[in-house]
Amino acid sequence: MTTATDHKSSGIGKDLIIYFCLLALAGVQFVIAYQNIDIAQKFTRMLAVACIEASLAVLFFMHLWTEKRAFLVFVVVFTISVLLGMQYGWTDSTRMLVGAPFSNVK
Amino acid sequence: MSQADLTMGGHSTSVVTEPPFSIPTKKLAMWLFIIADTMTFAACLVAYGFLRNGTSDWPRPFHSITNVALMTFILLTSSLTMLIGLRAAKEGDKASAFRWTMITAVLGIAFAFLHIREWFGLIDEGMTMFKNPWGTGLFGASFFSITGLHLTHVVSGIIALLVVGVRYRSGRYNSDDIEILGLYWHFVDLVWMFVVPLVYLLNLSH
Repeated sequence: MTTATDHKSSGIGKDLIIYFCLLALAGVQFVIAYQNIDIAQKFTRMLAVACIEASLAVLFFMHLWTEKRAFLVFVVVFTISVLLGMQYGWTDSTRMLVGAPFSNVK
Repeated sequence: MSQADLTMGGHSTSVVTEPPFSIPTKKLAMWLFIIADTMTFAACLVAYGFLRNGTSDWPRPFHSITNVALMTFILLTSSLTMLIGLRAAKEGDKASAFRWTMITAVLGIAFAFLHIREWFGLIDEGMTMFKNPWGTGLFGASFFSITGLHLTHVVSGIIALLVVGVRYRSGRYNSDDIEILGLYWHFVDLVWMFVVPLVYLLNLSH
């Protein structure tokens, strides 16, 4: 059945490297949590690290990297498009605190 | 010429197309499920961020990172054991594949235990779905919803690990089923990578 599994003769070394990278990146997130910086900066940095972690996990633990290129492109483009589409409403999230966005624009 | 003529006349190989993206159907189905589930979790996390951004008295009830760090370590390690189990299954080593699948399940149980213990700790401090002693009641609703959804996935994964592992050992399932289950388990791990910073680490009280 496999397309992505035929490659698994390279030993466990690569998996271990990815595993330790993920542990290290998770550690970085905990370090960022204790940094004395603005919450927005903290959020941005943590999210960036989480995206790197997720990419490593998807590409190597889930073996997307060794699937057909068309499938890889489909998964990445489709997922990122929808995730970005969800971000359209952020300006509205401060409505409860500061009133409707752009309400002072004349 | 009809489809029946083509398939009945010995030309079936010429008209049968490969599965989409040339990957097996079951694996494609799991990937599509994962993509759909990604949207579910993303929607929950975006809604959580929306509430947090728009609420002035958002609580920060977490005093320590010990528990969440341990949970993260356990879940990441379970992904590694899942990979080792898959590798053994692909090499035809049934006993080893079964053993590593069960180790993965045990790590999942440990994660779920720590998670539930943490929930009870917060409940003991007075936190419910709708109120808590520290600030807006929205925190409890979003916290229990997101972590509860993730915990549901973990518990489902544990059950699947046990069922697939046993059936693989008995010969009813093969290594492809272990691989598909592995995709799901890694996805559960992946979601946790976003839950930890957004739900826990941004709400540390320091």
